Amino acid sequence: MNQLLKRKSRGDVWFDVINYVLLTKIMLLVLFPLYFVLIASFSDPNYIYSGEVWLFPKGFTLDGYERIFNDSSIWIGYANSITYATLGTLIGVAVTVFAAYPLARRDLAGKSVIMWFLLVTMFFSGGLIPTYLLIKDLHMLNTMWALVIPGAGGVFNVIIVRTFFQSSIPDEMWEAASIDGCSNTRFFWSIVLPLSKSILAVMVLYHVVGFWNGFFDALIYLNDENKYPLQLVLRNILIQNQVNSGMMIDVESYAAKMRVTELIKYGVIMVSSLPLLILYPFLQKYFVKGVMIGSIKG
Amino acid sequence: MKGRINVNSIPSEVDLSLIKPKRKRWGRVKRDYELYLFLLPIIILYLVFKYYPMYGVQIAFKDFLPSQGIWGSEWVGFKHFIDFFNSYNFWTIMKNTLSLSLLSLLFGFPAPIIIAIMLNQMLGKSYKKFLQTVIYAPHFISTVVLVGMLNVFLSPNSGIVNHLITWLGGNPVLFMADAGWFRPLYILSGIWQETGFATIIYLAALAGVNPELHEAATMDGANKWKRILNVDIPSILPTIVILLILALGNIMSIGFEKAFLMQSDLNYATSNIIPTYVYEMGIQKAQYSFSTAVGLFNSLINIILIFTVNRIAKKLTETSLW
Repeated sequence: MNQLLKRKSRGDVWFDVINYVLLTKIMLLVLFPLYFVLIASFSDPNYIYSGEVWLFPKGFTLDGYERIFNDSSIWIGYANSITYATLGTLIGVAVTVFAAYPLARRDLAGKSVIMWFLLVTMFFSGGLIPTYLLIKDLHMLNTMWALVIPGAGGVFNVIIVRTFFQSSIPDEMWEAASIDGCSNTRFFWSIVLPLSKSILAVMVLYHVVGFWNGFFDALIYLNDENKYPLQLVLRNILIQNQVNSGMMIDVESYAAKMRVTELIKYGVIMVSSLPLLILYPFLQKYFVKGVMIGSIKG
Repeated sequence: MKGRINVNSIPSEVDLSLIKPKRKRWGRVKRDYELYLFLLPIIILYLVFKYYPMYGVQIAFKDFLPSQGIWGSEWVGFKHFIDFFNSYNFWTIMKNTLSLSLLSLLFGFPAPIIIAIMLNQMLGKSYKKFLQTVIYAPHFISTVVLVGMLNVFLSPNSGIVNHLITWLGGNPVLFMADAGWFRPLYILSGIWQETGFATIIYLAALAGVNPELHEAATMDGANKWKRILNVDIPSILPTIVILLILALGNIMSIGFEKAFLMQSDLNYATSNIIPTYVYEMGIQKAQYSFSTAVGLFNSLINIILIFTVNRIAKKLTETSLW
């Protein structure tokens, strides 16, 4: 930056001080709930109940985690979520990238018609019930296909990838390749994809996070508990207070049950969010990149 | 003018301007047949899963019977719409939906702009990066976990918030069971979860502000505060307008998931919004036609809103979505 901008008036110094203090406070406000879940999941539930846990775990215990690790529904949910996320990401990213490349080409005949065909669905949709009836008629109810296929190729993702192709694969490259006798398919596989690793990473991340955190489709379309993704298992525990009897073995009194339930809740929040929260600082730059690419053009 | 090469092969009486583009177009389609194959999966997916449900919307005007199918069911005109408008809770649902989304917008929309401007003024790079990492983090927490966290934090006998209230001498509050607390909790938790992540776009816009504008303003004796008001904010105004239009267009389709998860019989008076009502009537009570009518009414308001706002924005700021 310019030397001139570094010269500060007294007002600017005050501004900076207040800015730092406020931002630090905001940061702590955002961080504390996450930190508290972490320490509470390691604390004796009696101390949580009496309000003695504030900044450090008290009465350190792994009891909550033991109960969670011994419960099969959590692990079934984990396995299902991994399956759905893997399959859904593969299908979703493939559809998106294949659709985005032709739409990025300036010389594609009928491009704007196809673009509008996709864009209309942003403003108008059949809505919940007609979609539900369709899934039912296709006999996709209670199958994982209902979760991974219908949403593949979202308009926003297609636009983000298209924008990336437009700005990083110049038309001249294709012209040169085609003069040398290169086909569209070959150009796509050996030139476009290798040059687009960063946007592929962004798309994979978007899809994985979406599938890992989603629960609504599963709620509507699945009724077999063995097919539930992790978020639906969590909903039963966290929101409907349906802690499995297996987790409650050896708990006698009602009060003790309540306390253990709370401890389990803190634990499952950690167990389910940890994969993404650990990965996220490493993936952050891709996310930021993805959002910025998407924001260049609406 | 590339088409000129073929002119000799075309009889001279024929109007060239009509034929040329057509020929060229077919040639291009033939040459690029692979690209159309690339597009085939998404076109099939959209025809089946997006356009066919639009055809299904007609059940809003029919008495849908599964045995008769969409086409075979009997037309009833606007009956379901009129039933909805006349139902005893129509105004409550409208009021709940509108106030929840307008209040979310009012408090949630400016938050990322303010935070982005503050972050943009930070000088220490590593501390800035650390702050960003922390405030983006809640975005990666699922809605189920977020509502679960509200439940445990706000629990009347074990939650940390009520511990704090009693420690300060107050009485425990039944937050999650109180209809009056539904909106504040919905909005505040939304701000906690999404503000940080939403700053990314504004930070990108602020990074693109011409430094010469800042230099000129400094020459004229403007301090940081004045430069924010007179340089930064006007420079990112187009971004703000675009995001505002998008947000307003979604005003009627506000986060169904969170409202649904937070909803209980105890806060139903304020948490019953159109999307949860559509789910309740359609999926739980299987009133397919009525529920579709309510959903259709909702998306019509949405479309009208987004087109109106886009037009106003175009007139006022010369920025628009299309």
